[in-house]
Amino acid sequence: MASSYSIILAILAAAAAGLVGAFALMKRTILAGDVMSHIAIPGLGLALLFAWDPLVGGGLTLFLGILIIWQLQKKTELSAEAAIGVIFASSVALGALLIHSDEALVDALFGGFKNLTPAEFAFGAGASILIIVALWLLRNKLIISLFSPELAISSGINVDRINLWYLLLFGLAILANLRFLGALLVGSLIIIPAAVSRQLTHSLGTFLTTSVIVSVLSMLIGTFIAMHYNLDTGATVVVTAAAFFVLSLFKKKR
Amino acid sequence: MQPALTVLNIEVSFDGKNVLEDVSMELGAGESLAVIGPNGAGKTVFLRALLGMIPYRGTITWAPKTRIGYVPQKIDADRHLPVNFKNLFAAKASILKLPAADIEEVIEIVGLNNNIITTSVGHLSGGEFQRGLIAFALLGKPSVLIFDEPTASIDVAGEEQIYDLIHRLQDAQGITTIVVSHDLSFVYQYATKVLCLNRAGVCFGEPDIALTPEALEKLYGPHKYFHYFNDSHSDDHRTKNHDIQQ
Repeated sequence: MASSYSIILAILAAAAAGLVGAFALMKRTILAGDVMSHIAIPGLGLALLFAWDPLVGGGLTLFLGILIIWQLQKKTELSAEAAIGVIFASSVALGALLIHSDEALVDALFGGFKNLTPAEFAFGAGASILIIVALWLLRNKLIISLFSPELAISSGINVDRINLWYLLLFGLAILANLRFLGALLVGSLIIIPAAVSRQLTHSLGTFLTTSVIVSVLSMLIGTFIAMHYNLDTGATVVVTAAAFFVLSLFKKKR
Repeated sequence: MQPALTVLNIEVSFDGKNVLEDVSMELGAGESLAVIGPNGAGKTVFLRALLGMIPYRGTITWAPKTRIGYVPQKIDADRHLPVNFKNLFAAKASILKLPAADIEEVIEIVGLNNNIITTSVGHLSGGEFQRGLIAFALLGKPSVLIFDEPTASIDVAGEEQIYDLIHRLQDAQGITTIVVSHDLSFVYQYATKVLCLNRAGVCFGEPDIALTPEALEKLYGPHKYFHYFNDSHSDDHRTKNHDIQQ
């Protein structure tokens, strides 16, 4: 049964994911972000192997992956995309090799809602709040950078540093949600609410808030349905978000 | 008096190949420089070097306390980006800690209104978008404005307005302007100095003196420059009505 701590953490983590996703969609780095979530998988494998906390293992490979993607993003050639594709595929494969138990593999890939430790709660809540506060502080520089890196540079913004900050916050959002959604699906809670929000809104403020709201609602409704019908949490949350997306398609944009 | 900008023998290469070499020039404060040359001549590369965005050899010296405003040729942003110029102005003003009155001022200078600046950038006409970019560049009271083909994506009527605006900024506000242009009539009408580029610096000086038939021939090839002069808009109509690409 989900404790109130689990619910608080789920709300915070989902809000952070919705906000990170809204910026990812505007930055058009959403697919690189999805790949990033898979980089946590071999880390989870290592954690199982050496009996570490999954967050330590996942965080370790995520951090490495972020540095690689940050470097690759500086190049615009196709080779960067190809390299990201290779990282994606090899991460999943490496993870599968490292994780021997089927049950552990399913948990790592699809998450779950049970047995939240106080340490996990503290990390997840702290990370989520940090993400939301940091994005709020960085928002002006991020908005100019995603509109035009050239304009940002000519306005004295260090675009390279902003990109690294953003990727680190993205990685943190993945870690904060990993517990609930698993490495395969965590990217979906970052992508789908932002996509829904873009269907429904056309001003920056409403776009950001709608993305957060859709993410939180998907998490809450999905978790509720999963517990009620004894389904897999991560999958149910993502299917709920996808249902929001389908509904959003019926709304005509101005 | 110290020049606003001094460029000495700059050279830029990508992958070991020179795309710009042997360019030198000097520009006084309040002057208007036109940079001309055929496609692929390194005009944008030259601007990027001036802005410090790319590595180069040689020296580029701006006068102390120079503040640069930059208006790029096109913005490769998402057409459905839920961002409007009001957001962008507010973001820049907040970073530079400017009062709200500064935003009002630049909006008025370029002739925008609240309706336009609250429309998503993807839904603006080429001219509106361009004026938005100019207002963005003007925020923070730059002493130098750099334009990369400011009329590349707007119609002929809009072109006049933009050129008038640039001229007004130079005249009334004493801003030093650097404009990449295809339009030789603009060069003769408004520029106090012209720099001809064709990978190398071909000519530099006052337009009437520097733009000799030999220089133009060297720039555009034999007899081609008449075509350029009479039909200077032909090249500018590629991306009509919109600066933003999908």
